Amino acid sequence: MAGPMKMRATLGSGYTDVRVLMTHPMTTAQSNQPLHFIQNITVKQNGKAVVEAQISQAISRNPVFTFRIKGGAKGDKIEVSWLDNKGETSSIEAAVA
Amino acid sequence: MIRFVLAFLSLVPLVAGAQDAKKEVEKYQQMLGDGSPAELWELEGEALWKKTQGPKNVSLEKCDLGLGAGKVAGAYARLPRYFKDTDKVQDLESRLLTCMTDLQGRSLKDATARLFGNADRPSEMEYLVSYVVGQSRGHKMAAPVTHPKERASYELGRKVFFYRAGNWDFSCASCHGEADKRIRMQDLPVLSEPAGAQKAYTTWPAYRVSNSQLKTMQWRINDCYRQMRFPEPEFASEATIALTHYLAVTARGAPYRGPGTKR
Repeated sequence: MAGPMKMRATLGSGYTDVRVLMTHPMTTAQSNQPLHFIQNITVKQNGKAVVEAQISQAISRNPVFTFRIKGGAKGDKIEVSWLDNKGETSSIEAAVA
Repeated sequence: MIRFVLAFLSLVPLVAGAQDAKKEVEKYQQMLGDGSPAELWELEGEALWKKTQGPKNVSLEKCDLGLGAGKVAGAYARLPRYFKDTDKVQDLESRLLTCMTDLQGRSLKDATARLFGNADRPSEMEYLVSYVVGQSRGHKMAAPVTHPKERASYELGRKVFFYRAGNWDFSCASCHGEADKRIRMQDLPVLSEPAGAQKAYTTWPAYRVSNSQLKTMQWRINDCYRQMRFPEPEFASEATIALTHYLAVTARGAPYRGPGTKR
């Protein structure tokens, strides 16, 4: 079961900053445990994908990401979701403030 | 000529490095603090706080942390303090144990089953502590020293702080009693003076990036004693609470900034 996520989306002048925290073990090949890491991250702005990221094991446990998206307005719906190598997924939504 | 240039180049970063290292560490700490996984611990802790548990099947929402049953906001900033029901000075961790046993009806064995977690299996105590301390962010530290038992606890804590013993004849003051000491790149604050105590105490408990985990104040003290080669102190013992009390009182007046983030 995926742990909590936390997100903040704030409007700058001409851009939107998104900061998102994820709970994930991000287990690497160096440990003796089965590989378990996030592979895909998608950021959507009002339902439209604006960032499609592929990440690998070189990301820390419980990672934090920040994205700067062009434009945006107060109240825009930002959605961030991740998918890991085991097919587990989680997402969070917030309005731009 | 090439040799000369190389020698020159290698010298510059050394000199600049020594001067800038402290600034760089501060910058690194600032980056860590912005978007700390400690916030995820707070969320997990809040869920556990509200989860019904134990033989009485109740949550911790009626737990009295000193400001009355169920009042969490600002409670940590006023701990440790004297509690009438237990007739003891208690810190946050020991008070949580009291609530788990008295309120939820759990055995002490069950409540203390996993006091220190690890990254793969964090402990309930660490989650709960994260939530409660997060509710004091911005509150001025104000641990009281009015009740006779609070005064006694503070005095005992000060004694413990300066008490030298163990294989290496160390005390807390050996590392934290003089200005400008450090372990590797970590500056060691002078905890017996308000400025140092305020700087350090207001950022604990803290998320340790190197352990991917949130550490409590009881853990901090426990690990300091391990590093000093003392026998392991008992969790939430009178001595560890008194030491925490001494630090909290010394840090009074500064706003709480935790849970912090450490390297």
